[in-house]
Amino acid sequence: MDLSAINPVLLIAALMSAATPVLLAATGELVAERAGVLNLGVEGMMIIGAICGFAIAVETGSPLVGFIAAAAGGAALSLLFAFLTQITLANQVASGLALTLFGLGLSALLGQGYVGIKPPRMPDINFGPLAELPIIGQILFSHDPILYFGILLVAGVWAVLKFTRVGLILRAVGENHDAAHALGYKVVRIRTFAIMFGGACAGMGGAYISLIRVPQWTEGMTAGVGWIALALVVFASWKPWRVLLGAYLFGGITQLQLNLQGAGVAIPVEYLAMSPYVITIVVLVVLSADKSAAPGSLGRIFHASH
Amino acid sequence: MIRLEKRPEPNHLFAYLTPLLAVLATFFFGGLLFTVLGKDPVTSILTIFWEPLFGEFAFFYRPQLLIKGAPLVLIAIGLSLGFKAGIWNIGAEGQYIMGALFGAAVGLACYPAENMLIFPAMVLAGAFGGWLWSMIPALLKVKFGTNEILVSLMLVYVAEQFLASMSLGLLKNPEGFGFPGSRNLQQYASAHNGEIIAGSGMHWGVVAAMIAVIFAYVLLARHRLGFAVRVTGAAPRAARFAGVNPSRLILFCLGTSGLLAGLAGLFEVAGPAGQVSIDFNVGYGFTAIIVAFLGRLHPIGIVLAGLLMALTYIGGDIAQSQLGLPAAAIQVFQGMLLFFLLALDLLTNYRLRIGRTEAA
Repeated sequence: MDLSAINPVLLIAALMSAATPVLLAATGELVAERAGVLNLGVEGMMIIGAICGFAIAVETGSPLVGFIAAAAGGAALSLLFAFLTQITLANQVASGLALTLFGLGLSALLGQGYVGIKPPRMPDINFGPLAELPIIGQILFSHDPILYFGILLVAGVWAVLKFTRVGLILRAVGENHDAAHALGYKVVRIRTFAIMFGGACAGMGGAYISLIRVPQWTEGMTAGVGWIALALVVFASWKPWRVLLGAYLFGGITQLQLNLQGAGVAIPVEYLAMSPYVITIVVLVVLSADKSAAPGSLGRIFHASH
Repeated sequence: MIRLEKRPEPNHLFAYLTPLLAVLATFFFGGLLFTVLGKDPVTSILTIFWEPLFGEFAFFYRPQLLIKGAPLVLIAIGLSLGFKAGIWNIGAEGQYIMGALFGAAVGLACYPAENMLIFPAMVLAGAFGGWLWSMIPALLKVKFGTNEILVSLMLVYVAEQFLASMSLGLLKNPEGFGFPGSRNLQQYASAHNGEIIAGSGMHWGVVAAMIAVIFAYVLLARHRLGFAVRVTGAAPRAARFAGVNPSRLILFCLGTSGLLAGLAGLFEVAGPAGQVSIDFNVGYGFTAIIVAFLGRLHPIGIVLAGLLMALTYIGGDIAQSQLGLPAAAIQVFQGMLLFFLLALDLLTNYRLRIGRTEAA
């Protein structure tokens, strides 16, 4: 065991990358939940994004096109959820589970020809002299564009929800869909867009795993990150900046656990590998006392006849 | 313009009809999927659904129906109680693993002693393991109001890591030349969950599944607790007034489903699977969710749905070896089934009206 092999600067730089998939997925889910939709299909949308992004990046040779395809794939799958919950008024919990089960199967089917291939690499952004700064340079200016996009997305979602009319309407629909309907807002249409936005973000989160974090395709490679994203939204009390904080906390645990494995700590690998899930449960317990922040109509079915 | 009108009460005809319609729709779209994969749709569907039951080698496949169906029915019966009451145990896969580990550990600890009491002790330990694992989300929900969906699911990943650690460590076969995995319980008479009637596929897990079905049926139809389950799902506020204690109901529903999933795991590890290994779990805990919904959360319906789902597994294996159909295609097929069921359920509670909106 050699703990001195763990370099704190590298650890912090790596945790930002480890946090990005869950950050993207959780930000998308946050928007859907603020609109009153509980979509438990995040894991399914992520894995579809992972394979769509991977396949298209390999075929076109462009990781950026891959990410766009991943967003489209996630959004397309989320439309199935939107159809089930908004048009046929199915139970949101059951529909979300269906989406995950279906997504896991479909991604395995689509990914058959892509096992063992290396995807094209996404180059890091060149910040020039900024990257040369000691410590700060490596932590802040040595990453791929999607990582920065994730942070901008959080800022964007925060600003839209807080300051714009669109954000106000979205929140109104989430807090009380009957009142929003009475005011003339198209509840179903707004929720469908929110669901699709969530799907696109989850898809990109999945692609980040298959294109940048792991750079390969294996079945079920999202391994529960989608569910952790759902937990993260609760952790964040439905506030965007807290999603960022939570994601970095989670990324830190994931990365530290990997570093400890590498350093050969006396704890068996399996127990280190289960630690992110166990810590997520502990965090959920600590924070679940306060549910006051949850949108009022979260998980409730809306039909204009009620 | 098509619009929806809420029925005053659920339509019973459609409640029975929707699973059948969903199966037909899945046949159709599954056929399309198989065509896209370059297979003949009719041959594919027949291979999956006809071959295991009436084909040339049906004598070999039919017992498999009970072997694959029993764990699905056992788990789904437990899940259905919770689902009915709005308590979502999604972590049956983890409870299944823990049941298998607890049960197998008892059997392996007794090796090589032969005693009639070993297997019953393993059954108890398996049930206890699953129950214990489900008590974590249950108690956290009761004490702290933590979301049971997320906690039970996280525990699946924890259980998988635990399984890996056990099959590489504590439960590893000392005579296994260093390969991961435990001793094979099929070769240990006192711990083996063998066929009760040779060639039928009938093992103790099937018996347990039958008992669970009867138990759930009586509970829901005749017992006060079953009434509490139903009324909580239909109208949580009314349930409070009817004197239902929500905490006790959560402990009961999650506990029962954990116990049954644990049993399913034990019967599997001591029987068809034979040993604790890293890839011991094959997703029964998740497929059982589809079974529970397809069976309309009704005990008899779950038996039929469990057999149908077992058929897709067996037929899927045959289609894989004979037609080269990818294994994942069957998973997509099963997912589709759940989609259509959820979508068509609309017809049970709503009426489709074609035409212009009438003045209210």
